[in-house]
Amino acid sequence: MQHQFDAHAANKLQIQNISKQFKSQSSVVQALSNVSLSIAEGEFLCLVGASGCGKSTLLDIIAGLTKPDEGAVYADEKKVDGPGRQRLVMFQESALFPWLSVLGNVMFGLKLCPDLPKSQHKTIAMEFLKLVGLEKFARSNTHELSGGMKQRVALARALAPSPRVLLLDEPFAALDAMTREQLYDDLQHIWETHRKTIILVTHNVREAVCLADRVVLMSPSPGRITQEFEIDLPRPRDINSIALSHYTQNITRALKGNQTLDEAHG
Amino acid sequence: MKRQLRASVFFISLVLIWQLAATSGRWSPIILPPPVQIAEYLWSAALDGSLWEACLVTLKRLMLGYLAGAMVGIPLGLLMSTSQFTEDTLGALALGLQTLPSVCWVPLALLWFGQTETAMLFVVIMGTMWSVMIATDTGARNIPPIYARAARTMGSDGWHKWTHVILPASLPYLISGLKQGWAFAWRSLMAAEIYVTILTGFGLGHLLHYGRELNAMDQVIGIMLVIIWIGLIVDKIVFSPLERLLHKRWGTGIIQR
Ligand SMILES: Nc1ncnc2c1ncn2[C@@H]1O[C@H](COP(=O)(O)OP(=O)(O)OP(=O)(O)O)[C@@H](O)[C@H]1O
Ligand SMILES: [Mg+2]
Repeated sequence: MQHQFDAHAANKLQIQNISKQFKSQSSVVQALSNVSLSIAEGEFLCLVGASGCGKSTLLDIIAGLTKPDEGAVYADEKKVDGPGRQRLVMFQESALFPWLSVLGNVMFGLKLCPDLPKSQHKTIAMEFLKLVGLEKFARSNTHELSGGMKQRVALARALAPSPRVLLLDEPFAALDAMTREQLYDDLQHIWETHRKTIILVTHNVREAVCLADRVVLMSPSPGRITQEFEIDLPRPRDINSIALSHYTQNITRALKGNQTLDEAHG
Repeated sequence: MKRQLRASVFFISLVLIWQLAATSGRWSPIILPPPVQIAEYLWSAALDGSLWEACLVTLKRLMLGYLAGAMVGIPLGLLMSTSQFTEDTLGALALGLQTLPSVCWVPLALLWFGQTETAMLFVVIMGTMWSVMIATDTGARNIPPIYARAARTMGSDGWHKWTHVILPASLPYLISGLKQGWAFAWRSLMAAEIYVTILTGFGLGHLLHYGRELNAMDQVIGIMLVIIWIGLIVDKIVFSPLERLLHKRWGTGIIQR
């Protein structure tokens, strides 16, 4: 069994010199500029950075939903040129399908797994709904859920097909503290038992430290990676543990440094 | 309950006013027969079976033409939504032909197919498919891109994408398109039946036509009422429940029931 931190572990995801511009009639936004990043098989990586620094864009490119202007993403040494079921995105907006019930939404991805017997679809979907505490709402329509509940259904929908790479865009932003802490535990548990590669975007530094093996800081205009922090703490980690504070302080300071740097530039 | 009561009072008063006007003697009963006479006509036509026969013939034509029109219109609409090119070509064609009142297809259908069932079907299909096509295209083009992206990352593409994402996501537009298509189909079939006199089946439109030839105003108004009822019933038993289901799923609609 290969250890995740093994220096020889194959890099699961190679992001090489990615640049991406968005042009509109009035302006050009350099969403990403020359971003490179290697993510090992089974690594938990958190992306942190100011609003608009290109985090969602980077996830889209890794997922294969957006083509970069320059550079390329390699998954298992193969160039990514389209979405694949092994890299599943949970979007910042919940993006639930209104024509399906809550259960139908969670089953959507399961039904597309070629080697999963039909009889299992519902069982697995219900398992993940239970995980996010919404099994009672299986038959509900999506518009009947609150913002946080929708977010949890979207999380269940992303987890259920068990993709090897999970790309989570601010999955806990709309949740109350209690649910959130529960889901930190659950996500760590899923990650450890199923050996997934996870890239998670968040604005919450403490959350990043609690979950990540490595926290990557990004800064805006042009969007780029400024710093990386290895989080060398035993797992499972508790969000309220005092041990996180040291890292949290360092990262927060670095984030503020980014901002003052930008002001000096501008 | 109260709503129904008020509606009934309204319609009963209408009929009463009509009855009074007809019996006042100011208009000849050929121009304005009293409602009782129309009820008598409908009753006798129902008893001798000619009314049911005509309804059946008409509904059969309508169903065939409508289903065919929708089955051609939906895939063409989806095709139309796939690119700028199809929008500029197929789209322009559909828009142009949709604005053509469906009765205008009758002369062409007669010349092409003669006095046949095919001519009838053709007119109904032309009445239905263009509006269904345009509604499908509009629906597909108005899908929030996030749905398509979410579906793609879960591995949905090709055929699955069309049947499980684009089609259901455009349902709100599609259903209003199908409803409009239904209204057009109904109108075009009546036009066809009034103009195309064939022996293979005697529909409601024919009854209306011969009512005029025989100066039988009770028949004309009676059949008109039947045509209205059929339209209403289809709306109530097919489209209203569909729309309610849709509003319930999507959480749309302002009126709370
Ligand atoms: N489709 C698009 N068209 C034009 N500009 C875009 C598009 N998507 C993103 N951008 C721009 O690219 C930049 C990066 O956007 P992105 O959504 O990746 O930011 P983010 O880091 O995810 O921000 P947040 O934390 O607020 O979610 C922004 O300036 C945004 O305006
Ligand atoms: Mg974002």
